[in-house]
Amino acid sequence: MNPLAQIGRVVLHLLAETGRLAFFLKNALLIGLTPRWYPRQILIQMIRMGYNSLPVIGLTAFFTGGVLALQIYIGGTRFNAESLVASIVALGITRELGPVLAGLMVAGRVSAAIAAELGTMRVTEQIDALVTLSTNPYRYLVGPRIVAGVITLPLLVIIADIIGIMGGYIVGTRSLGFNAGAYLKNTVDFLEMQDITSGLIKAAVFGFIIALMGCYHGFNSRGGAQGVGRATTNAVVSASILILAANYVLTSLLFAD
Amino acid sequence: MSEKQTHAAPPPDDIHVELKGLRKAFGDKVVLDGIDLKVRRRSSLVVIGGSGTGKSVMLKCLIGLLEPDGGQVIIDGEDTTHLRGRARDRVMRKFGMLFQSAALFDSLPVWENVAFGLIQGRGMRRRQAREKAIETLAKVGLGPEVADLYPAELSGGMQKRVGLARAIAHQPDIILFDEPTTGLDPIMAAIIDELIVSTVRDVGATAISITHDMASVRRIADEVAMIYKGRIIWHGPVSEIDHSGNPYVDQFIHGRAEGPIKMDVSQK
Repeated sequence: MNPLAQIGRVVLHLLAETGRLAFFLKNALLIGLTPRWYPRQILIQMIRMGYNSLPVIGLTAFFTGGVLALQIYIGGTRFNAESLVASIVALGITRELGPVLAGLMVAGRVSAAIAAELGTMRVTEQIDALVTLSTNPYRYLVGPRIVAGVITLPLLVIIADIIGIMGGYIVGTRSLGFNAGAYLKNTVDFLEMQDITSGLIKAAVFGFIIALMGCYHGFNSRGGAQGVGRATTNAVVSASILILAANYVLTSLLFAD
Repeated sequence: MSEKQTHAAPPPDDIHVELKGLRKAFGDKVVLDGIDLKVRRRSSLVVIGGSGTGKSVMLKCLIGLLEPDGGQVIIDGEDTTHLRGRARDRVMRKFGMLFQSAALFDSLPVWENVAFGLIQGRGMRRRQAREKAIETLAKVGLGPEVADLYPAELSGGMQKRVGLARAIAHQPDIILFDEPTTGLDPIMAAIIDELIVSTVRDVGATAISITHDMASVRRIADEVAMIYKGRIIWHGPVSEIDHSGNPYVDQFIHGRAEGPIKMDVSQK
């Protein structure tokens, strides 16, 4: 096969996909986020995304905080800087690992679930049925999920921050021999409000990405069970990649000031 | 609400729905190639045709789920082809549609499915909408005990009934049926057909159906149109279907493999 044709096909596909996503984004924002609103749907989605993600988020954050404490301690002893453990755990969790890991875990859970649900609704004509019942699917399905994502992810990250720091504290005091009071003092003294808010801003953006990717791939799924399966995979992969990319952009922006 | 109707002269012969030169293509594949069709008010038109002849696409263009590439959809004398937003919503309220697979919302109980158009589309209170839903379920022969079940707990025939109840709950003027008997056994198909006839008459609506089930055609149609290669090739009263003099219609209604219609089995 002609390699040029191959490259051309990939580029065209990429451009077409970008265009489709741009149109979807436009509809999601201009139709999905304008009245009328469906508060009931937003609440249902928040419970599904947030409450049901708590165990996953809690466990992830706890072990990450613990590992962070161990690693920093090992690195710190080489420079006689073991005392930094508490503050670096707090900084690492709030600025970076809390939002990113929570984002990735929720992307796996929620993007997939949204894509599977909307994809099934698409292939079984339920989305068409919504339209025939005078209900705009962008407003009824997409809007509430995006709003729920943007609200829920920061809430989850607050919890991840707390549990992550607690994980570090438990490892630090139980197995690394830190004094509990000193550990907490170091955590609180070096942590600034901006560390936390920058993490929460990231989380809101990640929530948006997760909901958008789930809805986009679900909405555009074609061709029965196989199509829904493909949509689910694509949603998780694209959400995860976009989260990591957005994380870099946001970090460089938030560091700038 | 319908200012246009009062200004426009009453359409001759009371045409409720009209398709004029409707065209739709997906990529290079032309699906509708100039559909012309008139449906009289309160009549029941059944469009027959093989798989892949454009029946579903025609129905979706008619109700506004797909936007045609050319031609017009005229409802109550108003060109609705390219309406959007509120204008589309207003026209959409005239419609009810029963989907092939019923397309019930599986996250909602039966009564909320039936009341969906009332609650979301019209802003009716949930309690009142529930009563209305149970009333409508009774019209399709389902008792109030079904109201709190979920669609997955129902048989195929019951799902069709609930789909029918959902399509008529908001008292539409025009009801569309997409292959209403597909996937049902012959007895259940007959029951659903009878239900369709009686509910459509009860609501006083115009019915447009697509099907390839000839037994169903004879039960529900006043008029029959046959679609072939994206065009209407025959249109007449159901009583004339056996003497249409059209070899395509003859081949279709008798289900012969031999005839002018060549099935394109190479594609798909």
